[in-house]
Parts: sequence; structure tokens; C-alpha cells
Amino acid sequence: MAEAAHRSQDEDAVWRALEEVKDPEIPVLSVLNLGVVRAVEFSDDDLEVTITPTYSGCPAMDMIEAEIKESLARAGYPDASVKTVLSPPWTTDWIDEDGRAKLLEFGIAPPQKATANKRALFSAPPEVACPQCGSENTEMVSEFGSTACKALYKCGDCLEPFDYFKCL
Amino acid sequence: MTAAVARNDQALSQQDALYDYCLRLGDNALILGQRVAEWTSNAPTVELDIALGNQALDLFGQARMLLDYAGRVEGKGRSEDDIAFLRDVLDFRNVLLVEQPNGDFGQTVVRQFLYATFASALYEGLSQSKDEELSGIAQKAVKEMAYHARHNGEWVVRLGDGTEESHARVQAGLDALWPYVHEVFEADEIDLAMAEAGIGVDPASLKDAWLAEVTAVIERATLTLPETDWHPDGGKRGHHSEHLGFILADLQFLQRTYPGAQW
Ligand SMILES: [Zn+2]
Repeated sequence: MAEAAHRSQDEDAVWRALEEVKDPEIPVLSVLNLGVVRAVEFSDDDLEVTITPTYSGCPAMDMIEAEIKESLARAGYPDASVKTVLSPPWTTDWIDEDGRAKLLEFGIAPPQKATANKRALFSAPPEVACPQCGSENTEMVSEFGSTACKALYKCGDCLEPFDYFKCL
Repeated sequence: MTAAVARNDQALSQQDALYDYCLRLGDNALILGQRVAEWTSNAPTVELDIALGNQALDLFGQARMLLDYAGRVEGKGRSEDDIAFLRDVLDFRNVLLVEQPNGDFGQTVVRQFLYATFASALYEGLSQSKDEELSGIAQKAVKEMAYHARHNGEWVVRLGDGTEESHARVQAGLDALWPYVHEVFEADEIDLAMAEAGIGVDPASLKDAWLAEVTAVIERATLTLPETDWHPDGGKRGHHSEHLGFILADLQFLQRTYPGAQW
């Protein structure tokens, strides 16, 4: 019993340490909100955290891995290892509800839930509500935005440009 | 290289075939990424500049994963960086299409469209690969290349069905690149060995569906599908056009001049 309780306290500390690691490009989102942490495993006295990249070329992933190691070291796990897996591939559906709310508050329209056919050409761009005023009178300016994960939109009512976390 | 010569005499081992197969995929992504990155700060608008930069980033990300895996398959301790920065022209295995010059913006969107429609179908097939590493990479890359195909397809239509000037330019781009399409779908013994093992996809099997998809966009763009009997090839065996040397001069300069440099 005592052993089990000890372990679960350890695990809580690990999850708290992970919660402190933010996406360097969207600092309101933790790696847990983002859904890139796939597993936390204790074996003997080793700790291994498994993560998955968002985009193949996401330049933030190396930094995220380094920051996870640092945060775990501060929490008392200087030898924790971080393993990267590719499959199953990350999807924007893995951003949790808390993360979606934080994105909206930060001025980024959260991704829509995944559509059926990713390979369809010429589907109409998704209708996205303006994160500033809530208007749905918005239009896509560019399929690519300030980082690999975003598209650029503009609001027809408040006239503000905004980022949309594109759905993948 | 002696290894390449020896291969003609003995049966191709599965490991050799897989290594070459990964190099081909990785080199296509790397060289195309480098071409697209040449647009950085030169695109027609700031939004397109960002779009091209992001496409290059996706391609470099795919190249890193594929070349890292190629290095592990080869088993000689070479990293993705060693493979990208320290090989010479004859050791590159990309198809000629991806090393073709950018031309104007119209020609670039045509090249990106032709390649991305092929690559998204290829990666869709590779998602089912029996090789877990390739399958994992493909499951990520298929979404990215499908996004590129859509973005560039829309630009092909916008420019083709645009002004007289834009139509003429994008048609010229299509005419210039069309001969290089043939090689993309050519299967050789490596492609066939990988397809047979359930690891790879026979590119020839993708051609009909690809052509239908591309033809629909070309027609919508009021463009004409070129006809040509000239089908240059050889890139997959290391026989490249003069362009690749210039690309590598840019790509590899830093690591060649300051070996091991880091930032
Ligand atoms: Zn608004």
C-alpha cells in the first residue's frame, strides 16, 4: 500500500512538471493541453516520457524535448528520458478542452474537429468564428500563417486579422 | 561507389533496397524543400512568402525523419545531417522534377502541385507499410502533402484561369515541367522489391489516379495538358541535371567549410 501511494505521489509530481512545459510558440498551451505527451512510464527507477511531434517540421519540438527534461530534472528526475514516437500521428483533435479555451482567450481560433477526407482538393475553407468579436463573417487570407500550425484569417466585422489553428 | 557496382552482380539485399528507398524519399523532400526555401523573401506577397517558407519547413521535417531512418538502416552510424550535408551529387537519389529551377511563381506552384499530389497519394499508401518507421512517417507526411496539394492546386486554377499573362506563364511552367513527371512514376528493381515486401508502394500503380486528379485541376484552370515524348530520367540512380550541383553548393556550404559547425 505504502509503495503504491508513494508511486502515485511521484506520478502527480511528474504530471505537474509536464504541465509547466509550454509550447514555445503558443506559450499559453502546456504540452499536456497540446496532446503531445503520449505516455509516462516508470520502470525500476527510470522514468520515460513519450512524446509525438505536431508537424514533421515543427521547429519547437527540439525545444519542447529539452524543456521537458529540464522540468523533470527540477522535479527530481535528472535521468528521465524522452522518447519520440510518430505513430499514431498527432491530430489537432488531441488538443484538450482547456487548451481550446486558452487558445481562444489568447486570440487564436481553435481548430475545428477533424473532417473526413484530408485529401479532398477544393473543399471550401472552414468557417471560423473571430476570436475577438465572435463574428462568423470571416475570410481566410492565407492557408499558411505565422507558424507551421496556423492559417491567417481576417474578420469582416471588427476587421481584425487573426490566426486560426489549422485542423490536421 | 563500389557498393553500387557490386549490386549488379548479387541479389539486392532487403537492407540495401530499404536504404536506397529511404534515401529517395528523403532526398526528394530535402531537395524540393531547398528549392522552395529559395523563395524566402522573394515571393510575390508576404502571405505567399510565409506559405512557401512553411512548405519548405514541412519538407525539411519529412527529410529529417526519412534520412535519419536511412542512416539507421544503413548501420554505419551516419546521422541525418551527415547524409544531407556530406554526400556528393552522384549519391543523391531524388527525381529530376524536384531539382528543377523555381522559374517564376507560376512555374513553382505547378511543380509543387504536381509533386504534392503524387506525394500525398504515395504517403497514403506508405501509411499501410509493414515497416513501422515508414508507416509512422507517412501518416504524418500525408496530411502535410495533401495540404500542399490543395494550396498549390488552388493557385494553379487562380493563375491559369486568371489574366492572359498569368495563364501564359503557368502554361509555360507546366510545359517545362511535364517531361519530368514520367520519371516520378517509373518503377525500378528497388521500387518493386519494396512493394513486393509490403514495405513500399509501386509508383506506377499511382499514376492513373494521379493523372485523373491533375487533369481535373488543369481543365478547371483552362490549361492544356502538354504532350511530349521526351522523358528524362536517372535521378533515382544518381544521374542528375546540372542544377543539383548548384543546389548542393548552397545547401552544403556551411558544413563543408566549417565541418561540424553547430548553432
Ligand atoms: Zn471580429
